[in-house]
Amino acid sequence: MKISNNKMMNKPEKGNKNYLKDNSISVSLDNVSIKYDNSVAVKNVFCDIKKNQVTSFIGPSGCGKSTVLRAINRMNDLIEGCKLSGSVIFEGIDIYAEDIDPVEVRRRIGMVFQQPNPFPKTIYENIAFGARVNGYKGNMDELVEESLKKAAVWEECKDKLNESGYSLSGGQQQRLCIARTISIEPDVILMDEPCSALDPLSTLKIEETIHELKKNYTIIIVTHNMQQANRVSDHTAFFNTEKKGKDVSGKVGFLVEFGKTKNMFNSPKQKSTQDYISGKFG
Amino acid sequence: MKINSFSAKNLKYDPSLSRNIGNKSLTVIASLFAAISVLPLVLVISYVLIKGGSYINWETLILEPEPPGDDLLSAGGIGPAITGTLIMTLIASIISIPVGIGGGIYLAEYSTSGRFANFIRFGSNVLAGVPSIIAGVFIYAIIVSTKILFGSMFSGIAGGISLSILMLPTIIKTTDEALKLVPNDMRNAAFGVGASKFTMISKITLPAAFRSISTGILLALARAAGETAPLIFTALFSRYYITSFNDLFYEMGSLSVLIYNFALEPYEAQNQLAWAASFILVVVLLSLNILSRWIAKLGSFSKSNL
Repeated sequence: MKISNNKMMNKPEKGNKNYLKDNSISVSLDNVSIKYDNSVAVKNVFCDIKKNQVTSFIGPSGCGKSTVLRAINRMNDLIEGCKLSGSVIFEGIDIYAEDIDPVEVRRRIGMVFQQPNPFPKTIYENIAFGARVNGYKGNMDELVEESLKKAAVWEECKDKLNESGYSLSGGQQQRLCIARTISIEPDVILMDEPCSALDPLSTLKIEETIHELKKNYTIIIVTHNMQQANRVSDHTAFFNTEKKGKDVSGKVGFLVEFGKTKNMFNSPKQKSTQDYISGKFG
Repeated sequence: MKINSFSAKNLKYDPSLSRNIGNKSLTVIASLFAAISVLPLVLVISYVLIKGGSYINWETLILEPEPPGDDLLSAGGIGPAITGTLIMTLIASIISIPVGIGGGIYLAEYSTSGRFANFIRFGSNVLAGVPSIIAGVFIYAIIVSTKILFGSMFSGIAGGISLSILMLPTIIKTTDEALKLVPNDMRNAAFGVGASKFTMISKITLPAAFRSISTGILLALARAAGETAPLIFTALFSRYYITSFNDLFYEMGSLSVLIYNFALEPYEAQNQLAWAASFILVVVLLSLNILSRWIAKLGSFSKSNL
C-alpha cells in the first residue's frame, strides 16, 4: 500500500514542452507506456479525451484498458512496481510532474470501481465523507441530496439515509458510489467496469445516470460490454494485445483505434477492431 | 421379491461391522480426551471460585493486608493489591496500546513487503514467546538497578513497563491482522474520493478494524493482569494503598504477587487472603476473556455494522 514515487523514464524536461491548452480537451495521454516491475503492460498510448463527453475504453482482457484508466488519476501509484512513462496531461498540467500531489489529482479526477465499494458507514456519511475530506464547508444535507439525485438514487435512499450503505442492492450501491464521487465535484469521473457486477436493470439505470452526468462531467468508462460502449459513449478507444516479440513471452497492450463511437462501430478502420466488435475474438 | 429382501437387508445398519465398531469407538475415545482436556480448566476455576469466594467480603476487598503473624485471626484485606494491579495494567496499557497500534498500522498500511517489516513481524512473534520472567529481569536491569526513574528502585511504574513488554506483541499482531482483513476496496474507495493516506487510515480502515483490535487489547490486558514473575523483579510488593502520585515511584502491591507471597505463609489468615485474591483475579481474567469474545462475535469487519 505504499505510495511509490513514480519516476518517469522519459520525463519531458520542465519548461521544455509547453502543452497547448485546448479547452475542448480534458485529459490527454501523450505516449503513455506503463510497466509493472519490468514487464510492459501497455505501450505508446496517444489519446485526447474530450470534455463533457463520454469516452469508453474497450478491448479484450489484459489489454491494459483498466491500467490506462487508473493511470489517469494516479491510482497506479498504489501498486508497487508500477511505472509510467510519457505524460498524462490534465487541463494543460502534466499530472506526473514531480511537484504534483496525487491526492489533489484524485480530487479533480474521481473514480468509480468495478465492485460497488461503499464505506461501512451510513448512506449519508458515505457522501459526506468525500466532501468533508475535500474541505466542503456548505450545507451538507443539500449536498447529499443533490449528489444522490444526480446519481439517480435519491428516490431509493431518501428514507434511509441513516442506514448502512450496504443495506442497498448492488445496483443502488454502485449509484451510491457514483454519488459519492460526484459529491467531491470532480472534473472527470473514471469508471472501471462499473456494471460488470450488476444485473441488466441496474446496468440500464447506471447508463441513464451516465447520460445525465455527461452534461457536467467528463466521463471515461472501461467496459467489456460492446453494446454498452455503443449506447453510452461518444468516443471509443479500442485496445488490443500483441506478442512482445519473438523471444519474449507475454503480451503487451496498445491502443489500436480511437475515434467517434458511431464511426468506430459502423466503419472501423482497423481489421482487428472490426473483428472484436463483431465478436470474432475477445 | 428376492431382490427386494436382499437389498433391504444390506441397507440396514449393522453394528457388528468392523467399520461401525471402529467409528463408534473412535468417537468415544475422542470425546473422552476432549472431556479430560477441559477438566483442568473446569476444576481449577471452580475450585478457586468456590474456595476463594467463601473468603470474599467487603472488608477483604478494601482493607490493607496485615503483616503475617501479627494477628492470627484476621489478615486484613487485599484492597491495595487490587488497586495496584489496576494501576500497573493501566500504565502498561498507556505505553503498549499507542505503540502497539502504531506498529500494527505501520506493518499493515505503510510497510511494503520489505525486510524491515518482516523483521518487526518476526521480532514481535519472538517477543510474544519470551517468558515473562525475562521481561521482569530486563526491566530490573535497565530501570530498577540503575535507579533511572528519579532514583527510585522498585516501583509501580517499572512494574507497568515490564507488563507493557508482554502486552506489546499481542497488540501489534492483532492490529496488523485486523487491518489486513479490511478489504482493499475500502482503501481504493477512500483514495478515489481524494482522501490522503492519513484520512484513509484514521477514518476508514481503523474504524473498520476497531473491534478486532479491541479484542486483542483485552486479551493482552488479561495476560498482563495475571503475570507474577515480572512484577517480583520490578514492583515488588507493598501493603499500603497509594496516596499520592509520588507513590507510583515506590513498591506497589498486586494481586498476583500477593498470592505468591501469602499462599506460602504458615498462617491460615494469610492463606485465606491469597484465596480471596485468586478469586478476584480469576473473575477479572474470565470477564476480560468473555468480553473479548463477545466483541469478537460482533464481527471484525462487518459490512452491515456501522
